[in-house]
Amino acid sequence: MNEERITEKLNILADAAKYDVSCASSGSKRKNENKGLGNASNGICHSYTEDGRCVSLLKILLTNHCIFDCAYCVSRKNNDIKRAAFTVQEVVDLTINFYRRNYIEGLFLSSGIFKDADYTMERLVRVAKKLRTEHKFNGYIHLKSIPGASDELMREAGLYADRLSVNLEMPTEAGLKLLAPDKNRQDMIDPMKFLKDEIILRTEEKKLFKKAPMFAPAGQSTQVIIGATPEDDQQILQSANYFYKNFNLKRVYYSGYVPVLADQRLPDLNTSVPMVRENRLYQADWLMRFYGFHVNEIVNNQQPLLDLDIDPKLSWAIRNMQVFPIDINKADLQMILRVPGIGLLSAQKIIGARKFAKLSWEQLKKIGVALNRARYFIICKSNEFERRDLTGNNIKQFILAESQSKYIKNTQSQLSLF
Amino acid sequence: MYTLVYDGTFEGLLTAVFEIYERKLFHVKLIKVEWRSGAMFEEVLQIITDDKRATRVLAGLRRKLSSAGVQRLYIAHMAEMVDEESSIIGFIRYVFDTDVNVEEDYGNKYVMRLSEILKMVRREKHRMEAFIRFQKLADETYYAAIEPDFNVLPLLIRHFKNRYADQKWIIYDIKRRYGIHYDLHDTQYISLDFSDASKPADVISAYSKDEKIYQHLWKNYFASVNIVLRKNTKLHLRHIPKRYWRHLTEKI
Ligand code: SF4
Repeated sequence: MNEERITEKLNILADAAKYDVSCASSGSKRKNENKGLGNASNGICHSYTEDGRCVSLLKILLTNHCIFDCAYCVSRKNNDIKRAAFTVQEVVDLTINFYRRNYIEGLFLSSGIFKDADYTMERLVRVAKKLRTEHKFNGYIHLKSIPGASDELMREAGLYADRLSVNLEMPTEAGLKLLAPDKNRQDMIDPMKFLKDEIILRTEEKKLFKKAPMFAPAGQSTQVIIGATPEDDQQILQSANYFYKNFNLKRVYYSGYVPVLADQRLPDLNTSVPMVRENRLYQADWLMRFYGFHVNEIVNNQQPLLDLDIDPKLSWAIRNMQVFPIDINKADLQMILRVPGIGLLSAQKIIGARKFAKLSWEQLKKIGVALNRARYFIICKSNEFERRDLTGNNIKQFILAESQSKYIKNTQSQLSLF
Repeated sequence: MYTLVYDGTFEGLLTAVFEIYERKLFHVKLIKVEWRSGAMFEEVLQIITDDKRATRVLAGLRRKLSSAGVQRLYIAHMAEMVDEESSIIGFIRYVFDTDVNVEEDYGNKYVMRLSEILKMVRREKHRMEAFIRFQKLADETYYAAIEPDFNVLPLLIRHFKNRYADQKWIIYDIKRRYGIHYDLHDTQYISLDFSDASKPADVISAYSKDEKIYQHLWKNYFASVNIVLRKNTKLHLRHIPKRYWRHLTEKI
């Protein structure tokens, strides 16, 4: 192995891939049944970047050569940068050797478009095939589908990969037209539709025949870049909701645009990355997927933007003061989940614990409820509760005053939420 | 107030519970001490681990708790957290003194404490599963040194055995001076001559040919995925507290 050359390639092709934010390696059920290498199940973050993002997969491009010229992308044709390309074998060796040392959960392979979609996709599939068949590799593989690749290749990709993704890139068709004139939205939607149908079909098959091969067991996901085009949060979340509902997507990733390129169509180079907004979008996304919120409860025509000061659950609560306070010892799970300061785990613990005895503030605190927020919205076994007739706005001010720095500087993503 | 001194084993703990009920001791403190230093204490009851008694207490626990509940108790004790014996004893007494299964009674302080202990143990286990870095030695064994806050090595066996079924590996807890060796078939507890295993220089001299290259590539990878414009040191440190750094290839 030529150490210097491979190091250089890795630097270029990891650097070019890092703006794709998805790093999940969970949701698959691939076991190590052939006494081979690895398994893909629980999704571990093996490290964290200095910006606090999870490092779980070896995330690289096969090449950053590209025939397209998408304005927001560092690999675009007309950007004057160093180009490189891995061979199939190089990617396989890196993956195996990183995996054996417990650096990673698997591989996330994407690519610029070499010649045409199929030519590129065929190589991505070959990497996955080699890993699975020659190396008995059962770790996680996420392949990016190249828009416009043939159904045949997509089907093969699904047989080896755990997850496939087609990036929508821009929240709306108009945004895409503006920034990625070579791409067309239909080329992204078609493979999503194909994958959705194929996944359903294969899951049925698997129920009938245990031995039927797995097909993309971790499903499909997509990514949209936010802040590069003027869509508001309502448009973004509604589009996400549409794709969750109609394409059975596992995840939609929101990637705050990092201004690395000068182009009149794009925000200025010194614009800051919309990290708080990105975080709020993830929180809203969680509310839709796990907390039983309908998208219109979070954003609507009166409220097209997420509140940046406070999380979307608190924001919903202060707009809907008429449903509070709720009695923590009586309310059903769905309602408890809507209380600011109570997360999924705490809600379940409350339901379990109150079977034994009514819960007081002290106990709620121990269970993990953030009382500084929750106390305005609940009553429990105690004579103390919020008696003042506060407006939503009062509450917002109190909470903000109390946890100011925390709220405003809180720029992290995905994990710690409510 | 009685001080019970036991040998630190789970059986010893259960024997202590037996004594507490047999002698009707209400205010007790349980501590782990080597047998011979016991003489330093007054008002001390030495617990002599007794398998029969332990088995009886365990059977009692099995009747009152789910099997997962018993398992959790075992893990909480095995973690060897300093001075947590009293919470564990408190939990066991609450279990025996209540008619129904109390596993979910988080309003009770012992139940809550046990769940906190388990949360810490689980977090440490996950951290180890994430932060262990194997180094490939010339004989094709993959070696990793760890220093977990709690005794979680036994909890790691299943994960690593499932995952790395086709490579030989050793995970060694430097703090507690024992390790696990997987030989492609089974795992065994081992202890290594301290001078061999734990001095970084010795390990480096035993590296396989390509070990250095892959460490170098990994460090490079780690550096190039960073997005400078998004830097957030506080968050970074919360995810990887500094005490874990010295075994992380990308942080050395
Ligand atoms: S097709 Fe992909 S790699 Fe090529 S310029 Fe567009 S976004 Fe970048």
